[in-house]
Amino acid sequence: MHEMSLIESVVALVEDERRKQDFSRVRTIRLVVGVLGHAEPSALRFCFEAVTRGTIAEGARLEIEQVPGQGWCGSCRQSVSLSERFAACPVCGDTQVKMTDGGELRLSELEVE
Amino acid sequence: MCTVCGCGTDISTKAPGLGSRVAAHSHDHVREHSHPHSDHHHHDHVEGTIDFGSGIAGVELPGVSQQRTIRIERDILSKNDAFAHANRVRLRTTGTFALNFVSSPGSGKTSLLVRAVNDLQARWPVAVIEGDQQTDRDAERIRATGAPAVQINTGKGCHLDAHMVGHALDHLSLAPGGLLFIENVGNLVCPAAFDLGEAHKVVVLSVTEGEDKPLKYPDMFAASDLMLLNKVDLLPHLEFDVDACVAAALRVNPRIQVMRISSRTGEGLAAFYAWIAARVAATIELAGLPA
Repeated sequence: MHEMSLIESVVALVEDERRKQDFSRVRTIRLVVGVLGHAEPSALRFCFEAVTRGTIAEGARLEIEQVPGQGWCGSCRQSVSLSERFAACPVCGDTQVKMTDGGELRLSELEVE
Repeated sequence: MCTVCGCGTDISTKAPGLGSRVAAHSHDHVREHSHPHSDHHHHDHVEGTIDFGSGIAGVELPGVSQQRTIRIERDILSKNDAFAHANRVRLRTTGTFALNFVSSPGSGKTSLLVRAVNDLQARWPVAVIEGDQQTDRDAERIRATGAPAVQINTGKGCHLDAHMVGHALDHLSLAPGGLLFIENVGNLVCPAAFDLGEAHKVVVLSVTEGEDKPLKYPDMFAASDLMLLNKVDLLPHLEFDVDACVAAALRVNPRIQVMRISSRTGEGLAAFYAWIAARVAATIELAGLPA
C-alpha cells in the first residue's frame, strides 16, 4: 500500500510550507487525484489518520478532488473520455489514445490557521 | 549522512513530531503552477498564496479565526522525484548504467540477477541494490558471485523510493562505466510510481503467471521500457499464451520491448546482454569516460 508513503510525502510538503508561512494548525488538506493515476482515494483516506498522527497535519480533514480520465485520439482528432489508462477510443476504437487527464497526484491547497 | 539532502541516514521521509521543524531538507523546490487557477476563488493571488484570514490591515483579534487557504499545487511525488534526479546525476557522473527490476514475488528476479552478474562481471563492474521487506538473503546470494551488494529492508514498505536508493549508493563504491542492478520489492503495483533515478525499469514476468497480468497491472508495464518474459523453458508444461501476453503488454505500452528468456537455461539472455551493452556504451560516452 504505497498510499502510506504518498501521505507521508504530503506531510513533508506541508512541513515545507510551514517553514515558509507561519501557521500552527492545518484544518484541511486538498488533494487532486486522477482516477487513472497511481493512488486509490479510499486507501489514501484509510491511512491518512494513522500517518498524520503526531505531525503538523494531525486532525486535518482530507478532501480529494477526483479528475476523470481523458485522452487525445489521433484518429478522431478530439479529446475523448477514458475509463482505463489504455482504453481504446470510445468513438472510433483506436487503441493509440494518449492520456491527457486522469494521472494527477497533487497537493493543491491547504486551509490553515 | 545523506549526500543528497544532508539528513542522517536514519531519518525517514516521515515528518518529526508536532512543533519541530524539518531541517533535513534544505534545498529549494520550484513551485509548480502548471495549470490555471480554478474559478472558485475571486481574489488576488500573491506568490501562490490566497489569504482569506490575515485580517483587515493585518489585525489579529483574539477569538477570531485566522483561517486561510494556501495554494500549493505540488506533485505529491515531487520529493521522491528530486531524490531520483540527484541519484541520476550521481550515476551519470560515474557513467553507471542503472536498471530497476520490478515484478511480482516469485518471477525469478533474484535468480536472473545472480546469473546476469555471473555472466557480465568479467565485462563490466556490477553492483546490486536489493530491496525486500525483510532479511538480507538476496544480497547474500548476490555477494556469493563476488559482486558488491547492499540490502535495503523496507520494513512495512512495499517499494523502494529514491531516498533509500540514495543512501544505498553511499554504501557502494561504483567503479566508472559499470552496471547497477536495483532489485525492487516484489510487488507489481507500488514500485511503478517511484522513480529511483534508474535509466530504465525492467519488468520481469514469468510464464507461470497469468498472461493477462499487463492488463491487470497496467501501471507497471506502462512504466517499464523492457519486459523480460522469464522461465520460458517451462512453456511446454504450461498453457501460457505468449502471443496474448505480448499483445497485452503492447496494448498498455506500445513502446515496450519484449524478450523471452530463461535464467535457468540461459535462453534469450544473449539478446538481453546485447541490449545492455548498447546502452552501457551510450552511458559511458555521455559521462565522457574512455570506452
